[in-house]
Amino acid sequence: MNLRIQEPRAPRNTDVALPAGGIVSVAVPAPTSPIRSYLQSRGNSSMADSTFRWLMLLCALSIFAIVALIATELVTHSQITLAKFGWKFFVGSAWDPVNNNFGALPFIYGTIMTSIVALVIAVPLAVGVAVFLTEMCPKALRGGLSFLTELLAAIPSVVYGLWAIFVLVPLLRTYINPFLIDVLGWTGLFVRPDFGIGMFAAGVILAIMILPIISSLTREVMSAVPHTQREAVLALGATRWEMIRMGVLRNARIGIVGSIILGLGRALGETMAVAMVIGSSPTISKSLLAPAATMASVIANEFAEASDDTYRSALIEIGLALFLVTIVVNILARLLVWAVTRGAPARVS
Amino acid sequence: MGGDAGRAGEGELMSGAAVSLRASALNRRWRWVANHMATWLAVGATLLVIAPLVAIFVDLVYKGAVSLNWNFFTKLPVPVGEKGGGMANAIVGSGVLLGLASAMGVPIGIAAGIYLSEYGRGTKLSILVRFTADVLNGVPSIVMGIAVYALIVAPMKGFSAFAGGVALGIMMIPTVARTTEEMLLMVPHSIREAALGLGVPNWRSMLSITLKTALPGVITGCMLAFARVAGETAPLLFTAFGNNFWSTALNQPIEALPLQIYVYALSPYDEWHRLAWAGSLVLIALIVLAVSLVRYVTTRGALKGAR
Amino acid sequence: MGVGIEVNGLNAWYGTNHTLLDISLHIPANEATALIGPSGCGKSTFVRCLNRMHETNPIAKVTGQVKVGGLDIYSDTSAVEVRRRIGMVFQRPNPFPTMSIYDNVASGLKLNGYRNRRVLDEVVERSLKHAALWDEVKDELKKKSGASLSGGQQQRLCIARALAVDPEVLLMDEPASALDPVSTAKIEDLIFQLKTQYTIVIVTHNMQQAARVAEKTGFFLNGKLIEFDSTHKIFTNPGDKRTEDYITGRFG
Repeated sequence: MNLRIQEPRAPRNTDVALPAGGIVSVAVPAPTSPIRSYLQSRGNSSMADSTFRWLMLLCALSIFAIVALIATELVTHSQITLAKFGWKFFVGSAWDPVNNNFGALPFIYGTIMTSIVALVIAVPLAVGVAVFLTEMCPKALRGGLSFLTELLAAIPSVVYGLWAIFVLVPLLRTYINPFLIDVLGWTGLFVRPDFGIGMFAAGVILAIMILPIISSLTREVMSAVPHTQREAVLALGATRWEMIRMGVLRNARIGIVGSIILGLGRALGETMAVAMVIGSSPTISKSLLAPAATMASVIANEFAEASDDTYRSALIEIGLALFLVTIVVNILARLLVWAVTRGAPARVS
Repeated sequence: MGGDAGRAGEGELMSGAAVSLRASALNRRWRWVANHMATWLAVGATLLVIAPLVAIFVDLVYKGAVSLNWNFFTKLPVPVGEKGGGMANAIVGSGVLLGLASAMGVPIGIAAGIYLSEYGRGTKLSILVRFTADVLNGVPSIVMGIAVYALIVAPMKGFSAFAGGVALGIMMIPTVARTTEEMLLMVPHSIREAALGLGVPNWRSMLSITLKTALPGVITGCMLAFARVAGETAPLLFTAFGNNFWSTALNQPIEALPLQIYVYALSPYDEWHRLAWAGSLVLIALIVLAVSLVRYVTTRGALKGAR
Repeated sequence: MGVGIEVNGLNAWYGTNHTLLDISLHIPANEATALIGPSGCGKSTFVRCLNRMHETNPIAKVTGQVKVGGLDIYSDTSAVEVRRRIGMVFQRPNPFPTMSIYDNVASGLKLNGYRNRRVLDEVVERSLKHAALWDEVKDELKKKSGASLSGGQQQRLCIARALAVDPEVLLMDEPASALDPVSTAKIEDLIFQLKTQYTIVIVTHNMQQAARVAEKTGFFLNGKLIEFDSTHKIFTNPGDKRTEDYITGRFG
């Protein structure tokens, strides 16, 4: 090797010979410059650092505080009916503010029925859209189409409600409901009288509203399936649909179930659009074309006029039930989605 | 990844697929038909989904634009039967409420995001906070409204803009926290090291270097949360409550655009219905603007130069 | 003027991984000292212990003594204060992307509260001249962002930034490994000039580089300091067989 090597350097006056041989240069304190003295005067800012850290921690903990706050307020202010009716509150079907008799069953029923209708309509469509966008769509269209589905999620509930009252309900009443009464009337689910508003209308607008959530999460879990799975199935001679069914959907099914449950969670809590088209009647009917009410819609419609404490307490208790149910459903859904995407942050809010 | 579940079942998947494919080799025609049907169903689903969106926008423009005039933006609601009313107080009211909500939600949310990214990375606490934030995002907004009613309106013995602002602000916090965290995580570690290596105090480095680098993304996250609460009605029903007159006092009820739309939509008067459509158009325009901006910034790359 | 560094019995861990075993050496003032060794031998970890950057990793642990200019940097002062006296240049150039060239160089001072415009202007000019970058950027100090320069220029910017706080020691962790040969040569020339004012410790993969710029060289292997002597001796007549094997290219 031909290295140009540093020559041994000339001795300096800060050098000191060590007893055991060798030379060492003594560490002399460095002369201070104005910059150095300024910086040394700044200190170690450990107090500012820990104060800052505590502040940030407090704000992060505020998220727990918010949940705790909601829970406490709901429980505290529903004490009256909690004490008066106990668990019977949720099986009683009489909603009689005049006589202070409250039973939440009609609203539970309404919530469940509208959610079922919404899921039945939304899930196949959402999965279909997801399949199209991830596996079939030409790349040029993908950005625009996925933007459009995202836009669906951005429309406020009240605007959906407005459109539902003046466009969707007349449409249902004129074309769709008569058709359903003719074809499915024998099930008892679609019978006259039909005013357009009711559980079915609420279910349809709900379906449109939960579609974006289910669709975008399904797309996420489908994209998380590794390409090797797709290629392996194709190598066996599968058609594209078979590849999608066996290579992708099958692997992603846990996540897809999770996204469906998330959509359900959203449907359970949707308030405004539902309140505007469900007819606000605290009754239980077999026909989906009958007016009804959901847990969220009755609170929206009646809370402002709730005149006495018992009435308000009943409504707040319904709110408490809604709170607990949506939390459980959400936790379940998030766990399922998380299991498939392994903790990648779910971008849907 | 679906990897683990996939890998375990890969053997049986392969043999199952092989068996079903071999058996269907006899029905090659049917498989071909099924494949095309699937494609058309998927396309059909997409069209069916896009249709209501297009319909809503068309209706909004068609029915709403006619009522958008100078009066709309400057006048108060007038008694039924009279012409020339507007939703000016609702627009201003929404502005006040959103201002309050942002003043509360943005700083706390960003701070929480800073904690999750800079101090709590990988800790159990941050996993819990993140999870709770996601769950909180799924709580119905009307429940938030009731909680704030119980917390603020009941003791104050009256509806107020303040209560409405708090209700909306609480809703912003989890969203802002999550997006801030995501954006901060994208700042390369080398930038933080450079700041620390200079002897810059931790807190200063986080604010002036790390947060500043991620700022475009953080701001778009805030805009996302803003757009979301701008359209919320339920939490305002018994907090801000609504007000037919000019009011910006924080301790008085205040009007908001989505609230007004709700009331007008349910009313029996055509004139009010038209105003509801116009108000919805304004609301949607604002939200679409915010969402498009978010999309533009995030797909172009939110971090300027930091790779 | 620079100061010397005295290291006694330094041990470092990443979690349970014992990455540095009992390192003791003396780095002379106003000289360049090179640290060489194969990948993963601990030389980068060692250098990061000198300005307490090692402990920014939550699972990192350090025991032992490091004295800079007579000051024990672990027990006599805080990490933040240490880093103002011991500057660092990293392997990949990392200028602040949201700041102009001027702000980048001044950042060490501005972020510590320094406000005097006139002095800042002087410091920025002086540091950029020391880093041999002044002529190339003097017309666009405030207009161009730090990230818009070429790789070699960015690294010199980082050197200027580190010099602006007037440190006593400058640590360089493979500063030229991500750069092209021309930039590398420029940086090596730089080190020659900087030596007169600062104490320089340079970690390098490149033995020729060590031979070119450093008076003293230390050879690390598997977390231990195998040999530490004048560069001349290490490269012409190494005392330890392992050093000789590394120098002659038998491994690493």
